[in-house]
Amino acid sequence: MTNIGSYAERVKNFDWSISEKELAFKDGNVINIGWYCSDRICQLGMADKPALLWENAAGREKRYTYDDVRLTTNTIGAFLRGLGIGDGDRVCLFMDKIPELYLGFLGVLKIGAIAQPLFSAFGDEALRIRLSDAGTAAIITQRKHVAKVRKMLDQVPHLRHVILVDYDGRKPLRDREVAFSLEQAEPVQELEIFPTKAESPSVLHYTSGTTGQPKGVKHVHYALIAQYLSTKWVLDLQPDDVYWCTADPGWVTGTSYGIIGPWSLGVTQCVLDAGFSAEAWYRFIEKHKVTVWYSAPTAIRSLMKAGDDLVRKFDLSSLRHLASVGEPLNAEAVVWSKNVYGHPFLDTYWQTETGSIMLTNFPGMEIKPGSMGKAFPGITATVLDTKTYEPITEPGRVGLIAFKPGWPSMMRAYWNNEATYQAKFRNGWYLSGDRSSIDKDGYFWFTGRDDDVINTAGHLVSPFEVESALLEHEAVAESAVVAKPDEVNMEVVKAFVTLKPGFDAGADLELNIMNFIRKKLSPLAMPQEIEYVDSLPKTRSGKIMRRLLHAREWGEEIGDISTLEDDE
Amino acid sequence: MEDAKDVVLNYIIEEYLEEEDDEITYDTPLISGGIVDSFSMVSLKRFLENKYQISIPDDKATPEAFDTVNSIVALVKSFLG
Repeated sequence: MTNIGSYAERVKNFDWSISEKELAFKDGNVINIGWYCSDRICQLGMADKPALLWENAAGREKRYTYDDVRLTTNTIGAFLRGLGIGDGDRVCLFMDKIPELYLGFLGVLKIGAIAQPLFSAFGDEALRIRLSDAGTAAIITQRKHVAKVRKMLDQVPHLRHVILVDYDGRKPLRDREVAFSLEQAEPVQELEIFPTKAESPSVLHYTSGTTGQPKGVKHVHYALIAQYLSTKWVLDLQPDDVYWCTADPGWVTGTSYGIIGPWSLGVTQCVLDAGFSAEAWYRFIEKHKVTVWYSAPTAIRSLMKAGDDLVRKFDLSSLRHLASVGEPLNAEAVVWSKNVYGHPFLDTYWQTETGSIMLTNFPGMEIKPGSMGKAFPGITATVLDTKTYEPITEPGRVGLIAFKPGWPSMMRAYWNNEATYQAKFRNGWYLSGDRSSIDKDGYFWFTGRDDDVINTAGHLVSPFEVESALLEHEAVAESAVVAKPDEVNMEVVKAFVTLKPGFDAGADLELNIMNFIRKKLSPLAMPQEIEYVDSLPKTRSGKIMRRLLHAREWGEEIGDISTLEDDE
Repeated sequence: MEDAKDVVLNYIIEEYLEEEDDEITYDTPLISGGIVDSFSMVSLKRFLENKYQISIPDDKATPEAFDTVNSIVALVKSFLG
């Protein structure tokens, strides 16, 4: 029996109070995600239950019960409080998938500060932009990443503390740096939990848009209501499950469903802190007897490439439910996973801004491979006409995916960016920025982005951010960045550049530019191809016509260029 | 190809490691160890192609083939004949 039972019945009788009641929350009460994911689970009698089974590429293992999670998050919270961090302060978590990342996240929330997780592969410029925008007060990081922090420290005067969780004493600490060892710190049995309320800010995730700098998506503690219930109904987590979410908590999936969802349900989850390897992944599933697996299309396609024979070398019979997120999951991958694992990966659709799953294929419902499924109960979803912003009623017609605002985990703001936030709403609908159609049975079918943002391996990359960084390279005069189709990652970054006089187009310069962007922004943002051009297509007013370059890459009809020249 | 091992090792140290990273050897897992991610593998492949004037097809540029300096050099060697 699945947790959701009958989808139709759930939709008919839905109310968010279902989740509130299960979490014993009443309007006006204190609601603190850090407490809900640790202390409350202990109070429910699960203190000795494993919460986190962690291992890294070198085979090192750590194991935490829920009582360990309670204590360690108390300890981190107390340490931060001792540094003067508290209510509303932004604390950046800039680490690999080590236990301190997961526990630090809850520790930050317990003291009423705002957790700002950032993907540890971000380069110094990407980091600086996001810390500056957030006015971050402290960053928790590792030795291997601290060089990037040091490099831009002068430009972030508001950053009061750089906390190193693995300081080994071999070199002296530098300006603003402080060491903290979870293993050596005195455990804090009792911590006064900050009395956050439903609308108190909790998490600040940065996401990319077409224009302008990355946007800080502000979430609140009440988001728990949606994250808890969607984890229960979509991921179908049950008390004896061993859950594996492969996402990095630097991104929203890794926090909503890699920390908050499973731990608010008191489920055991495991984490593998290692790069991708099909063999290592299968070994991990076999070893921990993973039952529920939440991953991403890029990883699934990479597993497909690794072949069916490899699957047969491992005992993966523990798996009972698989789900996917990040980009549309192609029908072939759904069918393949059903054949090799005995269960299909079920696609889920949501965004950093939505905070929780919005459209999905539910366990037990008829799956249409390639479809994103139907709306989560309580979510009013539609597609809007691109000109009138009115809901499209005829099946199969493509429009903008939109949601009626008001679900618990909806973003509450873009940090410091009210105008962009307001622009996300039209005619009383939240605009996702994606396009799809809805078939006669109510299933959503993704067709593409409504803007120039590049979705590579499920992560959004802003062409503007890459173009700006390219212009800082000594050889680049002009740049335009678009998505290029890719078999595994769906899209990758491609750059068109014109060179300054004195620089020769060639393979060595291309590699130099690629590495420049990789280090400055991130490996995701690194152009996987650079095309040298004599000039870039521009509108009459001089703006670069990305859409024209995009159409060429995708083999699409370019149409009347004179129109493009006018309207950009 | 001893020299190639050092060329590749030094390039990885120079390009992908942070100053506080642990030392790596010819056998350190690079991809599965999280030192070089799948996106950065593209720039590493490009380096090898430029350096050794070879073309590595995408189906040969697998995470397994790029996982250690030794396996990378073996791959390069197979294209040098």
